[in-house]
Amino acid sequence: MPTIVVHVMPKPEILDPQGKAVGAALPRLGFEGFASVRQGKRFELTVDGDVTQELLAQARDAAETMLSNPVIEDVVAVEVVD
Amino acid sequence: MARIGVVTFPGTLDDRDAARAVRLAGGEAVNLFHTDASLQDVDAVVLPGGFSYGDYLRAGAISRFSPIMEAVVDAAKGGMPVLGICNGFQVLTEVHLLPGSMIKNDHLHFVCRDQVLRVENADTAWTTDYEAGQEITIPLKNQDGQYVADERTLDELEAEGRVAFRYVGWNPNGSRREIAGITNERGNVVGLMPHPEHAVEPGFGPDSILNGRRGTDGLAFFTSAVKALVATG
Repeated sequence: MPTIVVHVMPKPEILDPQGKAVGAALPRLGFEGFASVRQGKRFELTVDGDVTQELLAQARDAAETMLSNPVIEDVVAVEVVD
Repeated sequence: MARIGVVTFPGTLDDRDAARAVRLAGGEAVNLFHTDASLQDVDAVVLPGGFSYGDYLRAGAISRFSPIMEAVVDAAKGGMPVLGICNGFQVLTEVHLLPGSMIKNDHLHFVCRDQVLRVENADTAWTTDYEAGQEITIPLKNQDGQYVADERTLDELEAEGRVAFRYVGWNPNGSRREIAGITNERGNVVGLMPHPEHAVEPGFGPDSILNGRRGTDGLAFFTSAVKALVATG
């Protein structure tokens, strides 16, 4: 089923406490070499039928107005995955 | 009598405490439900704390689209006093009645403590019974309580006296500039993370050295609103 995937990330200038905690845990568990971690969100919007331009526009609108908060987050990608 | 609405969202915890605070302050508490489209002619609204819609997306992100919030936004823009506490503050930022947002506490832990605040602005609809500069102690309990906004917004808030409350002694969540609560330009919409409604009744409030659980520093939020509403008739 076609799926519209929306990726949301905390804005670069906003501290990301979750990413920071994950970043601090990695070397403790033996995963070395990662300078930092930022944690975001991935939404999968499944579509019955074809992904039309109209549906894609709606997904972009939802991404900007509901799935993300522009004060603290950026929508980094809205893409169609089959 | 001043009629103050208290909204219940799915997951709200502190609606009863807020309604009780309204009554102890001499007002009439009116229960409002998130699916209501009408404010039932109330004179002011409290958005209480707790959770809403699980806060899975972001705290307050889904409740802001509920029918009652359309009515709250219209009324707030018309000057009606609106107080958002904790999750209610988060709803007010999500619905853009107040700037900025809350993210996870910088230390990632849930915090529950009696917190000292300084009342920075005693001219809002919810703070006239305080003195500017007064320090009060009320409970704080949250995990997503770190107030953030861009530097320009923070500078504007400071310049316009819209930082209503600031943490004193310890910044419990890493909030920018120790901000615990803010107000809109007009002073009718106020939001804060700590909980004044849990400090309104002797025997159930914060501890002090002299008086166990006697703290009632939160009551003046509600008496401020009740007095203003009675005065304006």
